[in-house]
Order: sequence, then C-alpha cells, then structure tokens
Amino acid sequence: MQSQATYNYKVVRQFAVMTVIWGIVGMLVGVIIAAQLVWPELNAAEWLSYGRLRPLHTNAVIFAFGGCALFATSFYVVQRTCHTTLFAPGLATFIFWGWQIVIVLAAITLPLGFTQGKEYAELEWPIDILITLIWVAYAVVFFGTIGTRKTPHIYVANWFYGAFIIAVALLHIFNSAAIPVTLTKSYSAYAGVQDAMIQWWYGHNAVGFFLTAAFLGMMYYFVPKQAERPIYSYRLSVVHFWALIFTYMWAGPHHLHYTALPDWTQSVGMVFSLILLAPSWGGMINGIMTLSGAWHKLRDDPILKFMITSLSFYGMSTFEGPMMSIKTVNALSHYTDWTVGHVHSGALGWVAMISIGSIYYLLPRLFGKPEMFSVKLINVHFWLATLGTVLYIAALWISGVMQGLMWRATNADGTLTYSFVESVKASYPFWTIRVVGGVLFLTGMCLMAYNMYKTIASGRAVDDAPVLAPAHAH
Amino acid sequence: MDINDLRSIFTLLVFSAFIGIVVWAYSSKRKQAFDEAARLAVDDDEPAVKRDDAGQQQN
Repeated sequence: MQSQATYNYKVVRQFAVMTVIWGIVGMLVGVIIAAQLVWPELNAAEWLSYGRLRPLHTNAVIFAFGGCALFATSFYVVQRTCHTTLFAPGLATFIFWGWQIVIVLAAITLPLGFTQGKEYAELEWPIDILITLIWVAYAVVFFGTIGTRKTPHIYVANWFYGAFIIAVALLHIFNSAAIPVTLTKSYSAYAGVQDAMIQWWYGHNAVGFFLTAAFLGMMYYFVPKQAERPIYSYRLSVVHFWALIFTYMWAGPHHLHYTALPDWTQSVGMVFSLILLAPSWGGMINGIMTLSGAWHKLRDDPILKFMITSLSFYGMSTFEGPMMSIKTVNALSHYTDWTVGHVHSGALGWVAMISIGSIYYLLPRLFGKPEMFSVKLINVHFWLATLGTVLYIAALWISGVMQGLMWRATNADGTLTYSFVESVKASYPFWTIRVVGGVLFLTGMCLMAYNMYKTIASGRAVDDAPVLAPAHAH
Repeated sequence: MDINDLRSIFTLLVFSAFIGIVVWAYSSKRKQAFDEAARLAVDDDEPAVKRDDAGQQQN
C-alpha cells in the first residue's frame, strides 16, 4: 500500500525555481544600492533612493531567496528522511502562493516608503499578519510530516529546520507587535531601549535561527548526500544543536554596545556571543570532516565545492562574529563597513553558497535528469561566486577598519583629526571593488538561471517518485 | 528569595541539562541508534534494500 504513495515534489519544485529567480532580483537590488554609494546620482527618484531600496535588498535576499531555498529544501528533506509524503498538501500550496504574495507586497510597499523602521522586520502590520498565517501553516505541514514519519528517528536536519520554524514564529510575533494607526502605518508596542533590545533580540536570532540553524539543516542533509557518506559525527550534531539553541537567544545585545542599554546586558550579550564560537565550529567541523577520506571528490564536483566552501565561510564568519562582539573590538568596528562585510561573508559565503549547492543537487532530481544541463557552468558559477565574495569582504574589511581608525583619531589638542566626509571620500575605492564583487556574484546567479532553464526545458516534472520504505524497517 | 536567586537556579538547571545532553549523546548505549539515524540521509535514495534476519540483502 505504501508503494503507491509518491513524494510531493510540486511545492519543492516551485520553491526551488523561485529561489533562483528571487536570488537574481535580490542581488540585483544589492548591486544597484552598492553602485548608488559610488555614484550618488543613481538615486534617480525617491522610490529608487538608497534608503528605500536597501530594506528591499535585505528582505529580498533573506526572505525571498533564503526563504524559498529553506521551504524547498525543508519540504524535500522532511519527506525523504521521514519516508512519508508531505502532510496537508493543500496547506503547502497555500504556503507557496502566500509567500510569493508577501514578497510582491514587500517589493511594492518598501520602495513606496511604508516601513515599521525595524531592521529585517520593516514590513507593515497587514503583511506581518499574512506572514504569521503562512508560518503557522508551515509549522503544521512540517511537524505534521514528522508526526506521520515511518522511521523511528527524526534525522538531525529536521531538528534544525524544526528549531528554525519555532524560533522564527516566536521572534516574528514579539518583534512585530505594534499598534496599527492606518492600513499602512503602525507604531511599535515597545518604547525606548526596550524596543531596541527586542529589535536586536529579533535581529540577531534572525541570523541565528533563520540564517544559521535552518541552513545547518540544509547542510546536514545535502552535504552527506553529495559526498555519499553519512555525517562525520552524529553525536557532535546532537551536542552542537543544543548548544546553539541554548546560547543564540542571548547574543542580541552585542548589537547595542555603548548605547543606553544597561552595561551588564551588553556584557551578557558579549559573553554569549563568545561562547557561540564553540557550537558554530562544531557544525562547521562536522560538515567539512564528512569529506574526510574522500577529499578527492572536491576536485571534480563543483556542487561539493560550493558546499565545502560555504562551510569554510561559515567557520570564518562565526569566528569573526564573536571577535566583533568583544566591546573593545566593537568600539572600532561598529557602524563601519566591517559589519557589512561580516554580514556578507555569512550571507554570500555561507547562506547563498550552501543554498546554491543544494538547489543544484535538487533541480535534476525534481525535473527527471541525471544531472544539471551543464556541470561546467556550475564550476564557472562556483568561481564567480567565490571571487565575488572574497572581493566584497576584503574590500569592506579594509574600508571598515580604515573608517573606524579615522573616526577615532584625535589631534594632540583633543580635536578630531578627520571630518566624517573625509572618511566617506577615502572609502570610494573600496566601495567600487564591492560593486565589482557584487556583479561577479550576480553574474554567477544568472548562469545558474540559464543552467536551470536548460535543465527544465529538456526534463519533466517528477511527480511519481515513490515513497520508499525505510532501509532499517524492523 | 528574590528573582535573581530564581535566575541563578534556572541558569544552573539549564547548564546541568546541557551536561546531561552531552553525557547522553556520548554514552555507548546511544551509538547504534545514532549510527542508524546518521544513515537516514544517505539511505533514502537507493531502492529500499531490505535485510532479513541473517543480514543478507534482498531486493
């Protein structure tokens, strides 16, 4: 009876294709705002100005590109590792179309200037309510599938996805709490430093659970799959999962060093951020060591290159993050390009590369092909993405440290050595390099879209993949 | 007992829960179950290979 059932690939396919499309859109907006910093005359109209487009960029890459990648992979992974088809397929359809509507609404309202003014939570209250409904549906589909699993174990990837779903629900509800005034305007339910603390409790856990835990879930399935070996240490995955969950929630205050936030709260945030190095590196080591004994596979498998490079960037940015949370380091780095560079070493290097690798793994399987249309193009994409990321973060390291040093430099009589605009002027060459890095990364995504189109054009939508009985059915 | 005592107790509870998890995860009793769980990702592709009690493969 079980052999009749098929995996629900439709929603996976829809989200996988939209991952690539929204990736191009979000990164294109990123390239535009990077260019606006170099050539300010590009701020042509108010709705095309930097201040309006910047939240559009962050929302598009995190929630449209990253979100679609997470929906696609989590729905695929939970079905395959639980050996059962998706629970409540009707709700899954609602999730896909609902999420696309949220993205389109964001793309309309943000350039028009409708915003709650909270970083990564800019969308106004009616959209927030729609997100809440979609998220509840997501939890029902995901945990419903786990509840109907045919295996005794819940594979570790699902633990990470599950933690991501629960934590994001909590974060979204509390940080988006607001008093609506009109359809397009609301005021935060919190005031003053509490508002700031809740915002950065949200903001850092959006990094911790959306951009880290969930993508670790992706890593725990697709790296073993592509390497064709089980994860290096399952025990380590259990321990670093719980360590990550216990610590991430407390790291937010490092965004508010030297502000009105009580000093002890800043110190708590700093200490927990430093502790986070351990669970973060636990995940990185576990992923990379999965390849131990099979390093030769890296030589000619560009998908594996994407995955292992993403883990290297993950390790690098989770070392850099705790260092930047130390108050004395933060005194130099905060408000400079260093922060932006750090975010992109995580966002481009880790989140985007692990997603790209996973989507390259998925596409041929969803469209009935043995592999992508061109493996060579994946390799070109890999080098464009790596080079783009390295140019981006290296340029912003230099400009960030330079800005920090210029802002704090004082003359013998105590006056500032440089005016602010002098630091802006000195940053131009590095901002230009950043545009080049961004263009390289975007070009890679366009190659991916072409590769995807050719793969789909010669393939077929796979809707008959049979649900397999668990290997150890006893 | 004020709220800070409760906070300290909670911190200790959470810390011992974590130590408990580490001990549990690395206990030799869990080894086989974890090895099975780790195969869940890599074994989901092949047409289900069933093993009978003698450990022989049958398709």
